[in-house]
Amino acid sequence: MSNVPVSAFLALALILFCIGLYGALSKRNTVIVLISIELMLNAVNINLVTFSKYGPAPSINGQIFALFAIAIAAAEAAIGLAILIALYNNRKTVNIDEMDQLKH
Amino acid sequence: MENAWLIPLFPLLSFLVLLIAGRRLREASAYAGILLTLASLAMSVYMLAERFTKPTFKSESVWLTIGDLKLTAGFEVNQLNALMLVIVSLVSFLVHIYSRGYMHGDERFPVFYAYLGLFTFAMLGLVLSPNLLQTYIFWELVGLGSFLLIGFYFYKESAKHAAQKAFIMTRIGDVGLLIGMILLFWQTGSFEYDEIFASVKEGAVSETMITLTAILIFIGAVGKSGQFPLHTWLPDAMEGPTPVSALIHAATMVAAGVYLVAATFPLFAASETALMTVSVIGAFTAIFAASIGIVQKDIKRVLAYSTVSQLGYMMLALGSAGYVAGVFHLMTHAFFKALLFLAAGSVIHAVHTQDIEKMGGLWKKLRFTAPLFLIGTLAISGVPLFSGFFSKDEILVAAWVHGNKALFWLAVTAAFFTAFYMFRLFFMVFAGEARTHMKNVHESPGSMIFPMAVLGVLAIASGYINTPWFGTFLGDWLVEGNSALGHGHVEGPAWIMIVATLVSLSGILLAYLIYVKRSISRDWLISRAPLTYNVLRNKYYIDEFYGMTFVYGAKAVSLFLRFIETFLVEGLVKTVTVFVQTLGKTGSKIQSGQVQTYGAIAFVGLAVLMVIFALTGGYL
Repeated sequence: MSNVPVSAFLALALILFCIGLYGALSKRNTVIVLISIELMLNAVNINLVTFSKYGPAPSINGQIFALFAIAIAAAEAAIGLAILIALYNNRKTVNIDEMDQLKH
Repeated sequence: MENAWLIPLFPLLSFLVLLIAGRRLREASAYAGILLTLASLAMSVYMLAERFTKPTFKSESVWLTIGDLKLTAGFEVNQLNALMLVIVSLVSFLVHIYSRGYMHGDERFPVFYAYLGLFTFAMLGLVLSPNLLQTYIFWELVGLGSFLLIGFYFYKESAKHAAQKAFIMTRIGDVGLLIGMILLFWQTGSFEYDEIFASVKEGAVSETMITLTAILIFIGAVGKSGQFPLHTWLPDAMEGPTPVSALIHAATMVAAGVYLVAATFPLFAASETALMTVSVIGAFTAIFAASIGIVQKDIKRVLAYSTVSQLGYMMLALGSAGYVAGVFHLMTHAFFKALLFLAAGSVIHAVHTQDIEKMGGLWKKLRFTAPLFLIGTLAISGVPLFSGFFSKDEILVAAWVHGNKALFWLAVTAAFFTAFYMFRLFFMVFAGEARTHMKNVHESPGSMIFPMAVLGVLAIASGYINTPWFGTFLGDWLVEGNSALGHGHVEGPAWIMIVATLVSLSGILLAYLIYVKRSISRDWLISRAPLTYNVLRNKYYIDEFYGMTFVYGAKAVSLFLRFIETFLVEGLVKTVTVFVQTLGKTGSKIQSGQVQTYGAIAFVGLAVLMVIFALTGGYL
């Protein structure tokens, strides 16, 4: 059907995941961190779809999982942004370094 | 006699009522105490009267079942118990009345009566006990009552120490009693007096074991009755209010040791060595305490040493197989010594000092107290026709007949000392002129005179129930139906009575010559034998000796243990806590609250796992 090899899909997913991970761990702006997390989720989705099509046991399950992940990611983004706005209203900042209330 | 168990409950009720309502009753507490002890007294007298015609009554039920073992609790009314019941409840009743005058105006008046109730309960319970275990429980309760009452003025440093000393010293004896009790139980399988005596009689217990247990029980009696070497607490116990000294430290509790030996007498009678120990300790204590009493200057301390000495007499009697003599002297002594203490309290009440050097010439001022004190003094000195004469004579006869002549002569010498120091006390307090100016010397109120008058009558009359002249009713009745207790009366040579009379009269004469006629200088002993005087004055340095040995020893051991505690145990604990603390601090530093750092660490961790996974090519 297509001559794009599986490894290319996986490489794309890997790159996307690494970018997301890098952003999530290093960016100081909380909004960017949230976006990076979305990137990582998408990388996972690509993986799921790839294996559902070209995996050793192809089935529709992977694609359904991907749909679920997208739906949950949407909900997560909505809640995450809502928390972020509440946080911003309270603390007048989106700098992630200042959000260290969890320490002992 | 089925209702004898009610007797101790009346004072207990008094204790409980005063504990709850004492604050509201104020000085009316006295009436509650007096009425309830009167109820006890009435029942005790009834029991005694009933015991004359009926046999011993014993009632018991199972208290605890441990495995196959059944522990019983109950009460017993035999001759000795019935007699003790009357003595204890009578003296307690009189002291209750007396305290109304003596303790008048005291802030903790109801507390005092509550404690008196507790003590009376314990003492009555003790004399009703049919087995050693129950005896031991009440024995400790009696000690508690004594502790509370000695320390009644607990804000006084000396009273506090005296209370502690009394408690600790008697505890030392109690340990002996406890061990003896357990050994007896191990040997005979029972705490019951009659079962123990039965197995001793059958020969089920070995000779050495009988001796050992008897001596251990005697150690308990030594502690409680202030016998040498555990006597030092009794003179110090005089820090308590004087009615307490009369009740506890003259008539009842200190007699509990003698009572215990009397109650377990068949056990002692089975071992010649145990009897020997009892009589030697008793005779030694008698003379030892009497010699200290000669030089004491505190009115109550003189009486305290005379108590120790008289208790020694009772032990000597019991140790000389003179069961009747010992119990008889216990009874007469309870009456005349309580009288002496109450009269001394009346004197202290009048002149507000206990130092006999500061008294004198009180005969005219205290019209009732002085003659009553004289009666008590005559009785304890063994002057003929007074109760002490008959009971002391019984003891001397018992000591002579039993065979140890040295102990007999020791007892005679002690009798001489007793007559001397008691009349020294009497003359210094009542005769001559006042040595210091005393104002407001007044006779005590009627509530204090009445109990003294009753005891005064008893101090004379109680001797006549057991005399070689008119019949030995008490003796015959006491040993009735129990051959283990010996004979009701021991016949002795007639000259013993004459010797006893001469000795007591010469003691009185000597005191008269020194303290009234002054034909012998008072300083004779001080100038001739200053060393002896100092030794006596300082009570043979026994307290100092204990201070140097046992107290310092205990302190050294505790210092050593404290060293171990501080450096070894605490060091170990400290190491553990410091380690855990450091670990926790380090851990908490990692908790920076930076989610990104957590994420990074998680990722690195995952990466490391994956590298391991890749290198090993699968699960390990």
